[in-house]
Amino acid sequence: MFSFELLLEAILFGVLLGCFYAAVSIGLSVSFGLLDVPHIAHPAILVFGSYCTYLLGRYGLDPIVAGIVLMPPFFLLGMAVYRFYYETFEKRGTDTGVRGLAFFFGLALVIEVGLILAFGVDQRMVEADYIGKSLVIGETRIPWRLLVAFGVAVVLTAGLTLYLSRTFTGRAIKAVAQDEPALRLMGANPVRIKQWAFGIATAVTALAGAMLIIVGPVDPSLDRIYIGRTFCVVVLAGLGSMTGTVAAGLILGISESIVLTQFGASWAPAVAFGLLLIVLGFRPQGLFGR
Amino acid sequence: MMRGAGFWIGAAVAIGLAGLAAGTFKDEYFFFAAYPILMYVVLATAWNILGGYAGYVNFGTAAFFGLGAYTSVALIQSTGAPLAVQIFGAAAMSGLLGFGTGLLTLRLRGIFFSIATVAVIFIMETLFINWRYVGGATGLQLLRPAPIWPFESYIKMLFVVMAVIVVAAVAVARYIENSWIGRGLHAVRDSEEAAECSGVPTLKLKVFACTISGALMGAAGAPMPMYLSFTEPASTFNLNYSIGALASAIIGGTAHWLGPVMGALLLTSLQQYATVNISNEMNVLVVGVLLVVFVVAAPDGILGLLRKLKRAK
Amino acid sequence: MSDALLQVNGVSKHFGGFAALSEVSIEVRQGERFGLIGPNGSGKTTLINCVSGSLHNEAGSITFAGEEISRLPAYQRTRRGIARSFQIPRPFSSMSVLENLVVPLEFVVHRRSLHQTNTSEEAMAILKTIGLADKADTPSNRLSQVELRKMELARAMAARPRLLISDEAMAGLSSNEVAEVLGILFKLNETGITIIMIEHIMQAVMRFSQRVVCLDAGRIICEGTPEAIVKNGDVQKAYLGA
Repeated sequence: MFSFELLLEAILFGVLLGCFYAAVSIGLSVSFGLLDVPHIAHPAILVFGSYCTYLLGRYGLDPIVAGIVLMPPFFLLGMAVYRFYYETFEKRGTDTGVRGLAFFFGLALVIEVGLILAFGVDQRMVEADYIGKSLVIGETRIPWRLLVAFGVAVVLTAGLTLYLSRTFTGRAIKAVAQDEPALRLMGANPVRIKQWAFGIATAVTALAGAMLIIVGPVDPSLDRIYIGRTFCVVVLAGLGSMTGTVAAGLILGISESIVLTQFGASWAPAVAFGLLLIVLGFRPQGLFGR
Repeated sequence: MMRGAGFWIGAAVAIGLAGLAAGTFKDEYFFFAAYPILMYVVLATAWNILGGYAGYVNFGTAAFFGLGAYTSVALIQSTGAPLAVQIFGAAAMSGLLGFGTGLLTLRLRGIFFSIATVAVIFIMETLFINWRYVGGATGLQLLRPAPIWPFESYIKMLFVVMAVIVVAAVAVARYIENSWIGRGLHAVRDSEEAAECSGVPTLKLKVFACTISGALMGAAGAPMPMYLSFTEPASTFNLNYSIGALASAIIGGTAHWLGPVMGALLLTSLQQYATVNISNEMNVLVVGVLLVVFVVAAPDGILGLLRKLKRAK
Repeated sequence: MSDALLQVNGVSKHFGGFAALSEVSIEVRQGERFGLIGPNGSGKTTLINCVSGSLHNEAGSITFAGEEISRLPAYQRTRRGIARSFQIPRPFSSMSVLENLVVPLEFVVHRRSLHQTNTSEEAMAILKTIGLADKADTPSNRLSQVELRKMELARAMAARPRLLISDEAMAGLSSNEVAEVLGILFKLNETGITIIMIEHIMQAVMRFSQRVVCLDAGRIICEGTPEAIVKNGDVQKAYLGA
């Protein structure tokens, strides 16, 4: 029962979804891809951002506005988290691998359980004009919330990519990822740059979290499957590549969409994890790896 | 501590005590509550072989554990195999999974291995959700057979069986720790590059550790379908098993086999108390907070703290 | 030449778009004292990493004692007789100095029969020759920089190599300590061990080496006796900048 129209529709949704996945992962592309932080708590912070958006929504704030409003406090949160991580683990040098990873794992756990205690395990949604209605083109119905998320995702991803390549601080961030000793010789403080970068990555993730709850309802355990999606995108992209993140997001989105329509919802969650294993096994440097 | 003969005497005493309890305690609830504690001792000990000795963090304990449980289910469904066969079958399957996962990802940096182990959980879960023979998404109800003499109830039998598995797991971990394999793994953990250049076959040792670790986790999972009487993918492949194993080992102390044992005994008991008296969520919160606190403030775990106390005297 | 212990032929290595090594060829003869110099970033450590197996070269071949070793993992190269020290010391920090040396003894020298009792004595003997015997039971994460570098060398020696590569073992040492390390390397060479020395301390390289090769930007720019190298214009330009 192969239908060309269904396939095209799946690809279309895949593209929209894929850009959303790219935006959701781009913070991790910076924090793990560029800064080498084992940030397994990234999806938990993403979901935390969704819940903050939900809270602000209860006060009448539109989710996109809420996401933007959340960016400064999340920026500060990111800076604080990195500072703590650096002082406690990175500085010491030895055995940071296990401890740093366990730290972020514990952090993710605490965030997840904190959300359960605060909001319960049921799903939460936000309301907005564009949620619930669809754009109709011929036979195809595209939910407006997907288009809105897609639009914000494009702006967010493009904005961050331009920031990293055009601004002075942005290029310093890329420099510190490539050659820290050289940067130090130039008089810049790599720790402060990394801290700033982590803050930006977290701020971006706040807005991404707002989009997450626009795209669909959230519950506290959502961070678990997003570990698969975000790390799949970041690894497939090639650590530190922003354009790669977009490409990888699209590949994941389209793959998931096709699997969803062809094989059903019980197989779709495994796509990200399966793709991740395949990339790790056969091309660990990803598409555009350093 | 615990030189050769001393260890085995202690092990015999432990199994003896377990048997004595099974023979004399009347309250079945004690065995229901104690079984998971013993189970987590095995999981934490198994985790530590790769995590503590080699420094590669496995988040996928639930995958190996769950595969062990489902191997039992498949064996029961197909051949009605006895418990001993289930355990060895489960160990073999999960050992194979450990071997495959290790071969695929242990040549990469540690974090990639860790992420891959998360992926393995979800893929296993998805596979078993879609496999009707062992129950699919809705799960499978299994009736416990009659217990083997001299046990009065099946749960008491499972309790003693798990005690034996604990001794086996700890014996394996202890052997590895004190052997050239353990020394090689420690070298890998301290500096993998220097280990390679010192003649240590790092990949082979890592894959070996991952295989043994997986096999033991599978063995711990084998009696689970009989313990619960009901097996379904979502709760069997629950990340909480991974969390418990990892946290127990780190909190107890990863340097010596006693660490995971102590950590699992303390943490699992604490968790049981919290679940019963407060809430299920509180138990997970306790684990998360303790994990972060120990990793930050007491990285050598309870063992490390005890050692410092001894030196201070 | 059957005299050659190590033959590096046309080896190239890239990192992304950056060419760390471009078609480098060197030959080190059995028993030779060989010096490798070049400014920072010229590719010396990359070349050593390709020889020891920490990195894999993309092009060219590396032959050791007549055997092509480019596809072998590092631990098998060590077992065939190539040992190296690291520019930035990499101790097994959870182990004592003695235990650090036991690792190569167990995994290279005694790998057929793995007993620990002999290895402790052998390790102590090596520590005595290098002057670290009194630190045998000290945790290696408590050593000073100088002691760490000595332990690096001792650990490489413990593998009983045929070829020992010393990667900037003397960086940051006082002139007395440099003389001490140099003396150890001379003694090792007298027992028949071929030695490749990478150093920035020119006096040490010139005193020690029978032949010297100079790298710059991933290519060999000069090869010859120490006297010839010192006078060479390209070498001077590479170090001082044109």
